[in-house]
Amino acid sequence: MLTNFIIQFLNGLSSASALFLVSAGLSIIFGVSRIVNFAHGSFFMLGSYLAYTLVEALPRGPLGFWGGVLVAGIAVALLGVVVEVLLLRRIYRAPELFQLLATFGLVLLIKDFTLWAWGPEDLLGPRAPGLKGAVTIAGRAFPEYDLALIAIGPAVLALLWLLLNKTRWGTLVRAATQDREMVGALGVNQARLFTGVFALGSFLAGLGGAIQIPREPANLFLDITVISDAFVVVVVGGLGSIPGAFLAALLISLLKALCIGIGDQVVFGASVAFSKLTLVVEFLVMAVVLVIRPYGLLGTAQATARAPSAEPVLDPPGRRLAYAGFVALALLALAPVVSDPYILVLLVEILCFALFAVALHALMGPAGMVSFGHAAYFGLGAYGAALLFKRAGLPMEAALLLAPLVAGAGGLLFGWFVVRLSGVYLAMLTLAFAQIAWSIVFQWDGFTGGSNGMIGIWPAAWLAPKPVYYLATLLLVGVGVWLVWRAIFSPFGYALRAGRDSPLRADAIGIDLRRLQWLAFAGSGALAGLAGALYVFSKGGVSPDAMSIPRSVDGLMMVLLGGVQTVTGGAVGAAVLTLLQDELVRRVAFWRAVMGAIIILLVVAFPEGLVGFLGRRFARTERT
Amino acid sequence: MKKTLLLLAATAALAAGGAAAQDKIRVGELNSYKNFPAFLEPYRKGWQLALDELNAAGGLLGKQVEIVSRDDNGTTGDAVRVAEELVTREKVAFLVGTFPSNIGLAVADFAKQKKVLFIAAEPLTDKIVWDQGNRYTFRLRPSTYMQTAMLVPDAAKMPAKRWAIVYPNYEYGQSATAAFKKLLKAQRPDVEFVAEQAPPLGRIEAGAVVEALEQAKPDAIFSSLFGPDLQKFVREGNTRGLFKNRGVLNLLAGEPEYLDPLKDETPAGWLVTGYPWEQINTPEHSAFRDAYQKKWNDYPRLGSIVGYATVQSFAAAVKKAGTIDNEKLVAAMKGLELATPIGKITYRALDHQSTMGAYVGKLALKDGKGVMVDWSFADGAKFLPPDAEVMALRPKE
Repeated sequence: MLTNFIIQFLNGLSSASALFLVSAGLSIIFGVSRIVNFAHGSFFMLGSYLAYTLVEALPRGPLGFWGGVLVAGIAVALLGVVVEVLLLRRIYRAPELFQLLATFGLVLLIKDFTLWAWGPEDLLGPRAPGLKGAVTIAGRAFPEYDLALIAIGPAVLALLWLLLNKTRWGTLVRAATQDREMVGALGVNQARLFTGVFALGSFLAGLGGAIQIPREPANLFLDITVISDAFVVVVVGGLGSIPGAFLAALLISLLKALCIGIGDQVVFGASVAFSKLTLVVEFLVMAVVLVIRPYGLLGTAQATARAPSAEPVLDPPGRRLAYAGFVALALLALAPVVSDPYILVLLVEILCFALFAVALHALMGPAGMVSFGHAAYFGLGAYGAALLFKRAGLPMEAALLLAPLVAGAGGLLFGWFVVRLSGVYLAMLTLAFAQIAWSIVFQWDGFTGGSNGMIGIWPAAWLAPKPVYYLATLLLVGVGVWLVWRAIFSPFGYALRAGRDSPLRADAIGIDLRRLQWLAFAGSGALAGLAGALYVFSKGGVSPDAMSIPRSVDGLMMVLLGGVQTVTGGAVGAAVLTLLQDELVRRVAFWRAVMGAIIILLVVAFPEGLVGFLGRRFARTERT
Repeated sequence: MKKTLLLLAATAALAAGGAAAQDKIRVGELNSYKNFPAFLEPYRKGWQLALDELNAAGGLLGKQVEIVSRDDNGTTGDAVRVAEELVTREKVAFLVGTFPSNIGLAVADFAKQKKVLFIAAEPLTDKIVWDQGNRYTFRLRPSTYMQTAMLVPDAAKMPAKRWAIVYPNYEYGQSATAAFKKLLKAQRPDVEFVAEQAPPLGRIEAGAVVEALEQAKPDAIFSSLFGPDLQKFVREGNTRGLFKNRGVLNLLAGEPEYLDPLKDETPAGWLVTGYPWEQINTPEHSAFRDAYQKKWNDYPRLGSIVGYATVQSFAAAVKKAGTIDNEKLVAAMKGLELATPIGKITYRALDHQSTMGAYVGKLALKDGKGVMVDWSFADGAKFLPPDAEVMALRPKE
C-alpha cells in the first residue's frame, strides 16, 4: 500500500508540472491584461503539434528533441504576439469581457486550422532521447521522463520568480498586475508591456504542449481539455499568482492520482468507484476552495478600479422601439404561413436560445454577474422536464411548466454560494457548479440515462404539429423575455444596477444587494430552465451535452455578440449565431474556421456588440 | 447585354439543375465529422466511393442517387435539427449515419416519430437495437456486445483468474465492461475481477491508472480504450512494464484508426478486434481496396468499410423494395441480405441488427508499425445472445 502511495504521489507530481506550465501562462496574461484567454488551450495544442513535426524533422538526439520543443514554444509565442498586436490591442477598450468573444473565435479558427494542417489522425511523439526508459523506485518501474517533468515544473517556477522579482520588466509586470492605470500614468509603455506578457504566456502554453508529446499524442481534443483544467488551476491558485498556480496544480494532480490509486472502496456499506471521480474532481476542488477562500488559495482581492466604472445607463424602450417590438412579434407570429416547414424548426431553436441568452444577459448586464456555467440551468430545465415527463409520469404540459421551478431551485441552491463572490471568481464558481451538475447527470445511468441521455420526450398530441409548437414557444418565450425586461426597469432592476456600479453606495442607501443578486440568479436560472424545457420537447430528447461547457460558451457568445449593455442584445446574438451556424454547416467543410473568422471580424468591427452598435447609430440619427 | 445573356444562361442552367435534382433519389446522411474526424473522414471516403460505383452502375430504380450530407456538430440537439432539415427541406427519402451512441439514439427516436427509415451506421450502443430499439431503426456495425463476445472465447481459454478492467467512462466502455464480466463469468465461474478503472473519455491519467492496475496484480487485463487514451495507456504501460507476462484484451485496438498512431509502441501479443486491411485478400475485399486506393490515393480504414457498406445496405434495400416508400423499405430491411467487402451480412428481422463481423487477432510489431497477426474473421451472427433474450429486451412494436 505504501509503495502504491509513493508512486501515485510521483505520478501526481509529474502531471502537476505539465498543468502548471500551461496555467502559469494563463495566469500571467490575466493578471496584467485582465483578458480571459479561452484560446490558451489552443496555443497548447499548437505547441504540441508543432513540436511533433519539428522533433520528427530534426535529427534524432537530445539536441533535436529539446531544440524542437523549445522552437515550438517560441513559434507559439510569436503567434501570441501576432494575435495581441493585430486583434486584442484593438479591443482593450471594449467593455469588460468582450475580449472573451474574440478568443472564442480564435479557438474555432485554430481548431479547424490544425485539422487542415495536420490531418485527423492522433500523432504520438517519439520518446525523449536519453529518457526513454524507467528507473526502479520502491520496486516499481517509473518513467525517467516523468522524473524530468517533476524537475521541470519547479525549475520553471523558479525562473518565473526570478524574472518577475529580479528584473525591471518583472517589476513592471507585477506593478501592472496590481494597478495598471498607475503604471500607465508613470509613463510606462503599456502596449509593449502587454505584448511582452502575452508572448510570455503563449510561450508557456506552447512549451507546455511541446513537452507533453512523449506522454500524450497531439490530438484535436487538447484545446478544450487543457483550457478547462488550466482555468481551474488559475482560479484555485488565485488569479495572477504564479506560486498559487503551482500549488493548485499540485493539489489537483495529487488528488486525481489519489482517486485513481484508491480505486473501488466500500464506504458506509456502499461500493464507491473513486476512479470515476476523476471526471469532476478538479471542479469539486474549485467549488470548495472558492466557497472557503473567495480569491483562491494565494490570491488577493482585486484592487478597486480608480475610474468610476459605471456602465452606460439603460433607458426604458421608447415608444418607437416598443412599436418595433410589436411589429417584430406580429411578424414572428405569422411565420407558420411561410411554406418551408424547416423555418419553424429553426425558429423554435432560435427562440429557445434567445430566452436562454436573455436570461443570461440579465445577469451579465444589469446584475453585473457573469455566469460561465449557465448551461447548468438550461440543462436542469431540460432534464427536469424530461424526468417529470418520463419518470414522474406527469402530462407533458405540466412537465413543461414545472421544469423552470427545477432550474430555479438549482439557481437558488448554487446562487447562494455564487453571490458571495465577484468578478471572474464568481464566473468560475458558476462553472464549477455547472460541471458538478453535469457530472451527476452524466454518471447517474439509472435515473438520467447517463451519457446516452433520455429519448421519447415528445410534446402532447395537440402541441405536436410544428406550427402549434412554434406558437406555443413564441408565447412562452415572449412572456419570459417580457418578464426579464420588465424586471430590468423595475425598482428591483435599478437596485441591481446600483449594486453593480457601486456596491458601497448601494449598501449605504440600504439595499440588501446580496439578497437581490440571489433572487436575480435564481430567476435567471428559472428562465434558462424554461428555455431548456421548450428545447427538450422540440428535440424529443436530451443528453448531457445540453448542460456541458460548450452550451455555456454558446450562451456567452450570444450575449457578447449582441452586446452586454443593451436590452435586446441576447436575443439578436442568439438569432445571428444560430442562423450563421445553420448556414455555414451546410455550405462550408471548414465551417468552424469560417465561423471563428466571422466572429473575430464582428468583434473588431462592433466592439459594443451588434445591438450596441445599432443602438448608438439609432440614437445619433434620432438626435440629428 | 452580355451580362443579361449570361444571367439568363445561368438561370436556365440552374433551372435545369433543379429539374435534374427532382429525378434523383436523395438520401440524408448526418455525422459528427468535426468531432471524430479520425474515423469519419475515411468513412466519408468510403460512402463516396460506393455512391460513385452505384451511380456508374445506373443508380437505383432508374434514377441517380444523391447523398445530402451534414455535420451534426456532435450534439443530440443539433443532430435532431439537421435530421429535421434533411427530411423536411431537403426531402430526403430516408436517413443514414451517426457516430456517438447518444446521437444515434436521438436520431433513432426521431426516425420513429417521423416514421422514416434510419440506418445507424456506426454507433455501437446495444440499446439502439435492444432496450430502445424501434421499427424504423437498423444498425450496421457489430455492437459493443458482439465485439466483446468475440474476444471472450479466447479470454476464457487463458489461464488467467484475476482480471483487471479499464474503460472510458461512458456508454460504450460501461457496456463493454458489463458484457465482458457477464460473458466471461458464465464460461469461467472461477475468475474474479480485481480492479476497475474508469477514466473520463479523452482525459486518462495514464501513469496513475497503470500504477493502480499494477497494484492489483492481475493475471490479465480487459480494456476498451481507444484514441488518445489508448495511446497514452500503451506508452505508460510499456514503460512501466504493466503488460509483461500478462494477457491483454483490447476492443477496437486493431482498427487502423487506432492502431496506426501507436507505431513502434504497438504492444505485441494483445488480443484485439480490428481490420487488417492489407492482409485480407478475398476477391470482394481486394476489389474494394484497389478501387479505394485508386480513388483516394490512401488506404482504407475500418470507417471506409462502414461508409461503403452503409451505401450498399440502403441500395440493396431499395432494390428489394422496388420503391422508396418508407414502410416498404422497413419491410425490405428485415432479413435483408447483401455482400460487403468483408463478407455477407443479414439485417436480422428479430432486432434490426446486421450480422456484420469483425476480425479478431493479435497485435504485432513489423517494421516499426503495428499489424494484426494470427487473425480470423468472426461472423457477427455467432456472437449474439439467444433470440428469447433479445425479444425480452426489445420493446413491442
